[in-house]
Amino acid sequence: MNTPLLNVENLCIEFPTRRGTLVAVDDISFTINPGEIVGVVGESGAGKSLTGQSIIGLLEPPGRIAGGSIRLNDQRIDNLPENQMRKIRGKKIGMIFQDPLTSLNPLYTIGKQLIETIQTHTDMTVTQAREHAVNLLEEVGIPAAAKRIDHYPYQFSGGMRQRVVIALALCVNPLLIIADEPTTALDVSIQAQIITLLKKLCKDHGTAVILITHDMGVIAETADRVAVMYAGRLVEVGLVRQVVKQAAHPYAKGLMNAIPSLTKRVEKLTQIDGTMPGLKDIPNGCAFHPRCPDCMDICREKRPELTDIGPTQVACWSYHDCKH
Amino acid sequence: MTANTDTAPLLKATGLKQEFDVSKPLLNRLLERKPRQFLTAVDGVDFSVKPGETFALVGESGCGKSTIANMVVGLYKPTSGKIYFDSIDMSTIASHREEMKLRRRMSMIFQDPYASLNPRWRVTKIISEPIRAFGLLNEKQAILDRTAGLLRKVGLSARDGDKFPHEFSGGQRQRISIARALASEPEFIVCDEPTSALDVSVQAQILNLMSDLQRQFNLSYLFISHDLAVVRHMSDRVGVMYLGRLCETAQVDDLFNNPLHPYTRLLIDTIPDIEMTGRERTPVQGEIPNPMDPPKGCPFHPRCPLAEDHCRTTQPTLRSIGEGRSVACHAIA
Repeated sequence: MNTPLLNVENLCIEFPTRRGTLVAVDDISFTINPGEIVGVVGESGAGKSLTGQSIIGLLEPPGRIAGGSIRLNDQRIDNLPENQMRKIRGKKIGMIFQDPLTSLNPLYTIGKQLIETIQTHTDMTVTQAREHAVNLLEEVGIPAAAKRIDHYPYQFSGGMRQRVVIALALCVNPLLIIADEPTTALDVSIQAQIITLLKKLCKDHGTAVILITHDMGVIAETADRVAVMYAGRLVEVGLVRQVVKQAAHPYAKGLMNAIPSLTKRVEKLTQIDGTMPGLKDIPNGCAFHPRCPDCMDICREKRPELTDIGPTQVACWSYHDCKH
Repeated sequence: MTANTDTAPLLKATGLKQEFDVSKPLLNRLLERKPRQFLTAVDGVDFSVKPGETFALVGESGCGKSTIANMVVGLYKPTSGKIYFDSIDMSTIASHREEMKLRRRMSMIFQDPYASLNPRWRVTKIISEPIRAFGLLNEKQAILDRTAGLLRKVGLSARDGDKFPHEFSGGQRQRISIARALASEPEFIVCDEPTSALDVSVQAQILNLMSDLQRQFNLSYLFISHDLAVVRHMSDRVGVMYLGRLCETAQVDDLFNNPLHPYTRLLIDTIPDIEMTGRERTPVQGEIPNPMDPPKGCPFHPRCPLAEDHCRTTQPTLRSIGEGRSVACHAIA
């Protein structure tokens, strides 16, 4: 087996507050191979975005990494000082944020923002960098790129702005891109364009992607593997086809069934009763047990580990006997 | 259409049009010698909703769906066109009393459960506001009993009435919105993207609750959404909107099994493939035009694969093609 590009081990993220410490991401481990697209899915508050932010070192205080390690190409990056992290951020790991309006500086032309990023990480001259930027803009499908490069972000529509953000993330060929809800703010027809573009570019450049979203449809269409998060923990990790078609964990199953289908009409959607617990009252044992239809005694007492059950990895006591 | 002609529509809109004045201030206009500018958000829309039916309006942002919702409940006054509720023309009602009588019979559920509940009011006060506004009950205890009953009906407990909105999650707040919408015992509810701010598992709970309530009280819904999967699940009939106009209306199964208008086909084709059929798709190029300066002729022609010269000059009208279906497209005869 080839070495993974990114190796996250036992990552814990916590928020110290006056009333005690809140554990937002609790002991999660996963790997990402070069060129692979991994989807991270879960409800709001499940810790998806925090995981992404901690990898690129943009965790906002008071949030902090309380344990575990993040390795990029076998180099630890979770404990680097800020000046070294800046060399990795942008160069080796790129980021695409949800809202393309707030992730571009409104006071600079997009050309200036692209050239600045390119020059920070390479030895290119301004002319070379500008040429590279025009090529990139053409590659992400901005018409008349040579002219548009001198425009300000407000002169672009939402979809076009997100294309600029993708160009910005890709401009020095990073190894990994973290895309945090890249299409949530866009309309469906534009979303389809952006997904197709992102998929194609990452294939062409051999870039790995962590695609964070709550939209299972986007993941089903884009990702190779998917990780399902619940209350700060990973509950299932596996090939996207396997998880979409035959999820093993009761939460992942419920999540898949709750999506209204386009092909068959049902009288009632399958629903998971209750809501995800807040960070300050995550129950003992398995975090999902109060809502789980197959809850057993052990689920209330001991937390299940993510175990390999063949097609996928699942954190659930019902599958513990079939451990390989 | 034959099966439904015997029931009169509960709500009927004809030639509904809404223009917004987006002109610059008077002084700027005088200095720059520019005329007033108008944005036509909704341009000549006809539709009807029958008792007990769910009619969905679907389209991308800026197509005018929410403007229609606001006109129907009376938050905007239509620039032209008529809205009939139970065969009464809403614009001709003279007295306030008559209007209140009609308004009681319709209510609205908003998109954002965080912005649509007053953060300084307790839940009981929020839910009982329609009861007090329409003067349905006078005694304090009767109002309390009624709100407790409403809370239980939407799956909350009667004790939740003493809490403030911030103590609830997004899904629970949307339940409170639904309870408030039900408080005046309406027949017709306008639902403006009721689940787009919610997670899928919570969305399923809210959609199921809305279906249950519809059966229980024989409610009619005008359901506004951009999510086609949700529309398919909830509605009986669907109207597809593009740039302020309806481009296709049909029974829900017909629309999804055999979309006729090129824009409907585009919309259905862009839904992410959750069933993983492995179908390849070619996303439609181009973006939604600026509604300030809509294209001449058919508004969809710049993005349409079927566009001909005819489409660039003449605007197609919504024509009935039988079986309760109407399409506005030159290419569909």
